[in-house]
Amino acid sequence: MDLFLMQLFNGLSVSSILLLAALGLAITFGLMGIINMAHGEFIMIGAYTAYVVQNIWKAVMPENIFDAYFFAAMLAAFIVTAAVGLILERLIIRHLYGRAIDSLLVTWGISLALQQTVRSIFGPTNVSVSAPAFLDKNIQVMGMFAMSGKRLFILVMAAVSCLLIAVFMYKTKQGRNIRAAMQNREMAASLGVNTAKCDMLTFAIGSGFAGIAGCAITFLGPIGPTIGQSYIVDAFMTVVVGGVGRIIGSITGAAIIGVGGPTFEFFTSASLGKVMIFIVVIIILQFRPKGIFSIRSRALDD
Amino acid sequence: MDLKNLTVRGHRLTGKNILAMLIFLFLATAPIYMSSFRVNMLGKYMCFALVALGIDMIWGYTGILSLGHGVYFGLGAYCMAMHLKLEASNGELPDFMAWSAVEKLPAFWAPFHSSVFTICAVVLIPVIFAAIIGSLTFLNRIRGVFFCILSQALSYALATFMIGRQEYFGGSNGLTSFTTIFGFSVNSPTTKMVLFYFTLVFLIGAFALCTKIVNSRVGRVLIAVRDAENRVRFTGYSPAVYKVFVYCLSAALAGIAGALYVPQVGIISPTDINIAPSTEMVIWVAVGGKATLVGSILGALVVNFTKSIVSEQFPDIWQFFIGALFIAVILFFPGGLISIKDLPAKVIGIIRKKSSKADAADTAAVNADAREPKKDPKVSRTPVGKGGSV
Repeated sequence: MDLFLMQLFNGLSVSSILLLAALGLAITFGLMGIINMAHGEFIMIGAYTAYVVQNIWKAVMPENIFDAYFFAAMLAAFIVTAAVGLILERLIIRHLYGRAIDSLLVTWGISLALQQTVRSIFGPTNVSVSAPAFLDKNIQVMGMFAMSGKRLFILVMAAVSCLLIAVFMYKTKQGRNIRAAMQNREMAASLGVNTAKCDMLTFAIGSGFAGIAGCAITFLGPIGPTIGQSYIVDAFMTVVVGGVGRIIGSITGAAIIGVGGPTFEFFTSASLGKVMIFIVVIIILQFRPKGIFSIRSRALDD
Repeated sequence: MDLKNLTVRGHRLTGKNILAMLIFLFLATAPIYMSSFRVNMLGKYMCFALVALGIDMIWGYTGILSLGHGVYFGLGAYCMAMHLKLEASNGELPDFMAWSAVEKLPAFWAPFHSSVFTICAVVLIPVIFAAIIGSLTFLNRIRGVFFCILSQALSYALATFMIGRQEYFGGSNGLTSFTTIFGFSVNSPTTKMVLFYFTLVFLIGAFALCTKIVNSRVGRVLIAVRDAENRVRFTGYSPAVYKVFVYCLSAALAGIAGALYVPQVGIISPTDINIAPSTEMVIWVAVGGKATLVGSILGALVVNFTKSIVSEQFPDIWQFFIGALFIAVILFFPGGLISIKDLPAKVIGIIRKKSSKADAADTAAVNADAREPKKDPKVSRTPVGKGGSV
């Protein structure tokens, strides 16, 4: 039982990472009709940014404030990936609005190029980032099982990010514009919403949160140029299950995929876990072909 | 698709048939003037071309992008590999099973002793699998990118499963070290030559079959599903049935391709069926020219030939190259290699357009605002949007 709870908790932290990645995916898909396969590479870039920041911090800053590097790394990861996202959006992706399948293939090409770039710079071998000392402790819960501080921190981080996105989407003017453009682009545009700006901003923010997810995965193990690929499929499954365009959908999806995976792996085996998750997703889609939470529309061709 | 387009297409088809004949002629005569190493490579590429044909049927003609065709390729390949492995182990337990401390041959391996069963399984297992997956998705109107993502997850799930099942499928090493195929040594030049021509015959046969289907009423419905699925439904057809059919057809082609691939290459491993190779299969079709059967064959041959040349010379560059290929083909060259002959006309068109750019700019601005974000992108023969006009 302890082991199972442990697995469940580990699954929750995977869910959090998926959630961070899927939020960006879901919003960009809902808003622009873009499937961004390079999103996994944004995670990877975020992770490598953390690695670079750590090394610079080690070299420049006094040793006793080493732990603080992590906050700098998070900020840097957000900024770097958001910038990369912005550049890609301006250069390539904006030409693909509404052409979901084309965008999928193009961004797959981008992801291959990004992987190779990172491989050329940092080498093909994995690198590791050491977590701050204050997270390296385990917290005992009710004497039953130990929660690793790192994973707890990831959970908190995801919750805060989610809250920030929710506030941004539902409480600010820009967020309202984005939601409007998501529901009806032409109507929003004719009422004076700058939809191009919305697209740009959303894409950059979505990428930025993928970067933060990248920061988080440095806690879970060493990172390599292809690390993004192992998350992208699950992140997309999250979007598919949860539905497009609603934060609550992404949360549900992430919970199902992130917790479901380890649970199935616990009861069957590691290799069957992915198959079981696939079957579950197919079953869910039998009843809700557009995901559990989707924006209702009367349009037939959406 | 109006009448004018149809006549244009009829005209084009003859040109494409000539190209197809040239390609087949080249392949058939290749053993005369190429080293056996290159011929073996060509044999491998013909298997890929067979997969590409299937993908073209489902993506180019029916508008469903499947990113999981590695699965069907892999199923066919693993069926064949299991048979070859049993042949190689002479009635004993296959070597990798002994390493994983398996004592008895698993029950599902046993039928693969029979070559007849294997030959049937190579086609039937992918088809049955595709029929199940296809009916679960298409009947529920799961389509567009949702299907893409599911198909991708499928190949990921299968690859992970194969890697994890070391004791049954050889894990990440896959199945390898075969000695004979149906009693003939796999390494003898004669067997290799027979396999090469066998693959070629299958490729030509598949090409003929697909051409026939595309030009039949079924083909018309497939194209209609691609261009306006809802209208097809309103007219009384069931798009799902046609989609499942074409999905099964392409799975069968991929399965056969996999089965022909194994004895020629000598190994099948989960790396060959994972996401990356499955997605690469799609780009072969895109490079060649989707919705043109000969284009997919051409694309598979050209891309893979380039791949081996580039990665022999500069192993690091290949990934940049294929990445750039994805971006360039989809954005700037949606017609693929087949549309090269349209290039002069296109250039003239662009020059003409530039001279009247002033009035065009206004219209373009209006059009850009009027774009529909959530509309399904239609796979169309003519380039769409901004990218296409470059």
